[in-house]
Formats: sequence, structure tokens, C-alpha cells
Amino acid sequence: MSARLQLVDVKKSYRAVKALHSVSLDMQGGKIIVLLGVNGAGKTTLMRIMAGLENADAGKLLFNNQPIECKALRKVSTLVFQKSVMFSTNVYSNLAYGLRIRKMPKDQITKKVADALQAVRLSGFEKRRAKKTSGGEQQRIALARAFLIEPHVLLLDEPTANLDPNNSVIIEKAIVSRKDAQRIIVMATHDLAQARRLADEIVHIYNGKIVEVAKPADFFENPKSEISRKFVSGELEF
Amino acid sequence: MADIIVKAFQQAINLIISGNPEVYSTVYRSIYVAGLGTLLSCIWSIPIAVALGLYNFRGKWFVKGVFNALIGIPTVALGLLLFLLFIRNGEFGSLHLLYTLNGIAIGETILVTPIIVSFTANALGTADTQLRDLAKTLGASGFRTNLTLIRETVWSMVLSITASFNRGFGELGIATIVGGNLLGETRVLTTAIATEIDFGNFDVAMAYAILLMAIVIVLALTISLVERVRQEEGLWGKMSFWRGLGGG
Repeated sequence: MSARLQLVDVKKSYRAVKALHSVSLDMQGGKIIVLLGVNGAGKTTLMRIMAGLENADAGKLLFNNQPIECKALRKVSTLVFQKSVMFSTNVYSNLAYGLRIRKMPKDQITKKVADALQAVRLSGFEKRRAKKTSGGEQQRIALARAFLIEPHVLLLDEPTANLDPNNSVIIEKAIVSRKDAQRIIVMATHDLAQARRLADEIVHIYNGKIVEVAKPADFFENPKSEISRKFVSGELEF
Repeated sequence: MADIIVKAFQQAINLIISGNPEVYSTVYRSIYVAGLGTLLSCIWSIPIAVALGLYNFRGKWFVKGVFNALIGIPTVALGLLLFLLFIRNGEFGSLHLLYTLNGIAIGETILVTPIIVSFTANALGTADTQLRDLAKTLGASGFRTNLTLIRETVWSMVLSITASFNRGFGELGIATIVGGNLLGETRVLTTAIATEIDFGNFDVAMAYAILLMAIVIVLALTISLVERVRQEEGLWGKMSFWRGLGGG
């Protein structure tokens, strides 16, 4: 049975601003689900709720058909932030952080860190200061750090935003390589070309509402909602 | 004026080279009271700062405001208060702390507490919120997340402790009122400078001042050098203690 994450009528407001209005989603492992939407549509809020970093005001989340709370959600999911964040240590310690928390033996950590760095083409970077690496390298380190803890729900918030094409290609390949029936990959982006390349399923979010869930071919060639049609054609104003 | 400064430099060098026991013991006493005061203060200041920086509770703004206000407490006012507490009929008269180095050290402890608390709490409170999210999303518990934030801001703590030591090292009011400036017993660099000025020995006073500033500057440069090595080489990252603290 593949991993499954369901959101049922999830709502979230920040004071007077409604960020999410009754969002319901059903996501299965083995797929890359791309959250598409303009800036401020609610993508990041949704990702943070799925990562267990924020509580929803209403609604519930189910993991493998069982209700799941924030704290438990953080044990099965992880979020790679749009702007990569590094601890003030070397690359090795950054990558080992999650594994040390899980009390993995040191020799295993060393091997896994080396493998993860190879996956994002940063072999030999272990002793470098993480904060002194380039933006593209930091995003790849962040990705490798997330891969290492082997989450059931891998959340990527615009992982290639502001990166050059070379770094983007490396990151996209690394993401695709993590597809697994036991892993749900959710990636937020507003890059239509990237969504077309990577998505197995597209979720279009607008003004905190899901306006369409479709296969990429259907979404790009024959969007069902008017908002999606305008978004794909570049006519959507926000 | 220039003559006095040049003469003072020569005098300072002579005093250092000659191994004058009174000079060295005065320097030692200054380091002792400021060092002991700062160390004692760390015992409670850092836990208070962690509580103020990482946890939310009712009235937190007021507590932070009080500590911020106390940073500028006049040392003569604090010295007077301690004097009244330490005199024979005072609340703590039985402890015989008046005119002792330990009495001065206790004054320094109180003096530097608001500095360590305010600076450290501020550093922890303004630590990147994304760092907190990062630790959590990698599976850290609340406690571990806080340990990680402490580790990430440890350098700010070191700087606040250094600033506190320097504040204690260079203060005069407590050392004069609580210490009594007893030659060979409680005379420290600042009170020695004041005494030499009173006697008109400006060159000796200047020599003591140069020694005081030299120690402060050497300490600051040493801390900067350690930070530079830490940044360049990841020295602290290699130390198992820091790896253990917060798992990073």
C-alpha cells in the first residue's frame, strides 16, 4: 500500500486575512504533486500545515487514513524552504542533523551523508562551511538534508526559485530520483515549464482555494476552470 | 600633554618589565573581581536570558524592559546600596564582604547581569525564525530546537560575556565604595588610576590606564581571532561538545 496524505476542509487565517478556505486534497505516494499558483495564493501556508509547522484553524489531516496532529506530522514529513536555511556548521553536520536526532550510528551517518551529497553532485563538500557555499549549492545541501531522513511526505517550496539552469536541472533530477510508493512528493512552484516537466498531478491553488486538480496534460491543454485557463495562458491578474 | 603620554608609555613598559609586584597584583585583582563577577553572573543570567529569549509568558515585555533599563545603572548608586547592605549593621554585615575582593566581585556580578541577560535574550529572540522551523522540520523536539538555537547564537553570548567582563574590569564606583581602595588588598586598576591622579602622578596613572586598555584590547582581539578561526576552519563544528549541543 502506498503512502497517503489527506487534507479535509482545512482552513487557515492570519488575523483578518484568510489564507486557506476549506482546502481538501487526497495525495498518494509514488507521485510528484505540483502545487501551482501565483504569489500569495496560499501554497506556502498549505506546505507549512502539511509539514506540521503550523496548525490549521479548522479541518483535519489524515496520514495513511489515520488522523494526524502537528507533532506527529513532523516525524513523517519534512519541508525544504524556498530560501535555503543553513546551520552555522559545516556541510556534514548540516546533513547529519536529522540523523543524529534519530540516533543513527556514526559510521552509517558518514556513509549516508556521502551518498546524499553524491546524489546532489556535491561530493567532497563535507568539511566546507555550509553558509559559505553558493545559493545553488545551499539549495542542493538542503535537498540532500531532507532526502537523508527519508520522509514519507517530502515538501519542496519552490526549490529552484532564483537558481541558474544548471542547479535547477541537478535539483529536478534529484527530486525525480526520490519517487517512491512510500513517499509523497509535493512541490510548490509558479514555473509552468517545471510543473509540466515534473508533475504527475497538478493542484492549482488561487486565493486560498483549490481551483483544479488534474493530470499535467489535461491541465495545460484543456483546463477545466476559467481561472486555470487564464493562469496557463498568462492572462491571470492578481 | 604629549610629554605626559610618551612618559606614561615608557612608565607602563617599565612597570611591566620591572615586574613590580604591586602592579601585577593590582592587575590580578582587577581580573579576579571582573572574572569572578562575570562567571557568577553567567550562572543565572544565561538561564534567565534563555527563558526571555525562547519562551513566551505574561509580562515578558516588562521583565525585558527592566533588564534593559538596568544596563545603565550608575555604579556609584549600586556601590552605595551594597555598602549599606555590607556594613556591620547591614542585612549582610555578618558575611564580612565590605572592603574585600569578593565584595567587589558580588557588585560586579549584579552590575553585569542585565548586560548578559539583555544581549543574550535579544540574540535568541531575533534568531532566524526559519532556523527554528528548520530544526523542527528535521524532526527536532521543542527542547532540541531550543538547544540548536542556543548553539546558533552562542557567539552572541560570548560577546555579551566579554562585554560584561570589560564593564566590570573598567568600573570604578563599586570598586571604590565596596572595596575601599586598600593598598595591596582591594586596590584594582581603576581605583589605582584614581589614586595616582589624586597624588598628581599622572604618568603612573596613565601607565595603569594603558595596562587596563591593553588587557581589554587583547581580550577583544583574542575573541575576534577565535571567531575568525571558527568561521574559517569550522573549529567549533569539529568539537564533539558543540555537535552534541543541538545535534548539529
